[in-house]
Amino acid sequence: MLIAILTISAMAGIFGLILGYAAIRFKVEGNPIVDQIDSLLPQTQCGQCTYPGCRPYAEAIANGEAPINQCPPGGQSTVVLLADLLDVEVLELNAEHGDHNDVPLVAFIREDTCIGCTLCIQACPVDAILGSAKHMHTIIIDECTGCELCLPPCPVDCIDLIPIKQTIEDWKWSLPGETLASLESSSEQEGAITYGH
Amino acid sequence: MDIKLSRFNGGIHLDDHKSESLTRPVQVAPLPNQLIMPLKQHIGESNKPLVNVGDRVLRGQLIAGSSSPISAPVHASTSGIVRSIGPHLVAHASGQSADCIIIDVDGKDASIKVEPIEVSQMQAADILDHIRRLGVVGLGGASFPTSPKLSRGIDLGIHTLIINGAECEPYITCDDSLMQNQAYETVRGIGYLQRMLTPKKTLIGIEDNKPKAIEAMKLALQTESLPNTAVVSIPTLYPSGGEKQLIQILTGNEIPTGQLAFDIGIFCQNVGTCLAITQALELNQPLMSRYVTVSGDGVRLPGNWIVRLGTPIKYLIELAGGYVQNGLNQPNATQQHLVMGGPMMGFSLSSDNVPIVKSSNNILVMQQQLIAQQPGIHDECVRCGKCAEVCPAQLLPQQLYWHSRSKEYEKVEAYNLFDCIECGCCSAVCPSQIPLVQYYRASKSEIRATQRATFKSDRARIRFEFREKRLLLKKQQEEQKRRLKREALLKKSAAKKMDSSVADPIQAALDRIKAKKSEQVIVPKNITNLTADQQKQIDEADARRCSEHEQNT
Repeated sequence: MLIAILTISAMAGIFGLILGYAAIRFKVEGNPIVDQIDSLLPQTQCGQCTYPGCRPYAEAIANGEAPINQCPPGGQSTVVLLADLLDVEVLELNAEHGDHNDVPLVAFIREDTCIGCTLCIQACPVDAILGSAKHMHTIIIDECTGCELCLPPCPVDCIDLIPIKQTIEDWKWSLPGETLASLESSSEQEGAITYGH
Repeated sequence: MDIKLSRFNGGIHLDDHKSESLTRPVQVAPLPNQLIMPLKQHIGESNKPLVNVGDRVLRGQLIAGSSSPISAPVHASTSGIVRSIGPHLVAHASGQSADCIIIDVDGKDASIKVEPIEVSQMQAADILDHIRRLGVVGLGGASFPTSPKLSRGIDLGIHTLIINGAECEPYITCDDSLMQNQAYETVRGIGYLQRMLTPKKTLIGIEDNKPKAIEAMKLALQTESLPNTAVVSIPTLYPSGGEKQLIQILTGNEIPTGQLAFDIGIFCQNVGTCLAITQALELNQPLMSRYVTVSGDGVRLPGNWIVRLGTPIKYLIELAGGYVQNGLNQPNATQQHLVMGGPMMGFSLSSDNVPIVKSSNNILVMQQQLIAQQPGIHDECVRCGKCAEVCPAQLLPQQLYWHSRSKEYEKVEAYNLFDCIECGCCSAVCPSQIPLVQYYRASKSEIRATQRATFKSDRARIRFEFREKRLLLKKQQEEQKRRLKREALLKKSAAKKMDSSVADPIQAALDRIKAKKSEQVIVPKNITNLTADQQKQIDEADARRCSEHEQNT
């Protein structure tokens, strides 16, 4: 009886020490679920979700303060991914926060109209605008997320959002069915030949 | 040298259709009226134009380049005037345009001044730099710049050099004619590769349906006497010309998933590239022309041409006698099906107004559309499993098909989609005529697009977080400044308080003012330094004033 008690106590002590050590050694910094949510968000930092950036929105979702359907740039596919991650029901994208745009946009400053007020530079969440006071500003296209946050502060309305031109480099092959749907006539398809037959 | 050949999984025997384009000797294509030179003709970083509209350019002149190491410059392939620089249709599966330099050819074919070079005295680094500057890329199809590839091979150490002359795809005979026509130059190119890579052995793999090329290469090899080098005749089986397949046939080694030939000490190069290296190192000549096959049942006189880069395909088809016109129903080119590359791996072209570039090996003109180019109409998969039997990469094409179709990209990747070499064997044997390769290409490009998007969003996240940090730091610094100022002020007033013994500061201030005032006795300035006479007058006046004052009171 005594041996049993001592053995169990000793084991409990040892396991306790191991667990205690593991808790310190393998401590996870920050909230991993926030990181996971954040990695699914499109990082446009547009604030359309009413939070000041993607990470604050991720934190709000993790804390259960915000629903998962407030991200228009991410669109329905992001909602599905979030629902999958958090094991919650898939919601329709909330139209109150804006519409999803399939074509990626990029801001463009009409340089002859720009007065060099720096207001857009201060508004840009990813430092993608280059310029200084009373000098022309310009957008670094590669860094622009198309968040539209530079539009409202501009006093002369010289910023346009233009769709990014698709190039050969980022062109995508489409699935055969989709190609077919995009073709107007299918009459040419008849009589195809194949190798090996 | 005793070579034991291995066999790769699957593969198919195809009707090779090579004789059509080999009936006539190789011809040098005359100069077209206009050249269309795409700025970028390689895999890697983009080039920038180095000439302006209206400039006169000479043959061999550098017209586009980049400072990036993974790039290959473009040289004018004949002399003429730059007409325009801008988007023009190019030979790409998307049917889209890319930036091109259009040159109006003047017909003089004037060359830039070519300095003779002495390759025997050049160091490996100089040779690499020279090859890079002369725009040499892999001519087997991928167009990877040769210089960085070689430099990586030198770094990693190579035991076997493999020269790819297999040319396994039907209709294509450009490498065959190249080996027949310029075997000596090609072999000397192999010699330069050997000098840089110092492999233990070199194997030149040629399919046995090219006996003339094998003979020519063997003869050239004997004459040039390269050590430990052998021409190996390999059985004709599609796709033995795939890099991984050829390596497996010749060495028995398989390249592991996600690795490259270098990683197992093997370096593979196409015969065309060897010729380009020789031309660069012996003649100091940039890559400006290549062998191109024009073949198929839709063209009158199939054959091979040595074509200047930038030559429009339309012009080349005219050289090949033009399109076959069978009956009134097919009066022009729009009824023919144009394919860039071979029937298995090529892609269809929507227009013949596109240029020959460094990677263009074959123009196929067909009267009927090929299955690989057929968009979408197919029967359902009957799960026969033939595709898996023929897959040279030992993949499961059926699984890849199902998951590609339902856009399950994680699963497609788990089935090693990126090991697929897009050879088209699976599509060719499919009884339901499913264009399987197109499904795989779609999945690949979708996955790559997602990777690009992730890369971009990661960057945006880093920049956003950096900005937040910066703003926070700025705020903290300002706050600190304000706090320090406030503290300094408080300290100052506190110190004052300690000095003063008077409780009431207002009274103290008033006292101070009073004291100051009382100290200030007004001394008129006109009573100093007086003469005795003046003093007497003042005294008299004072006495008078006193007496008057006394009288009044």
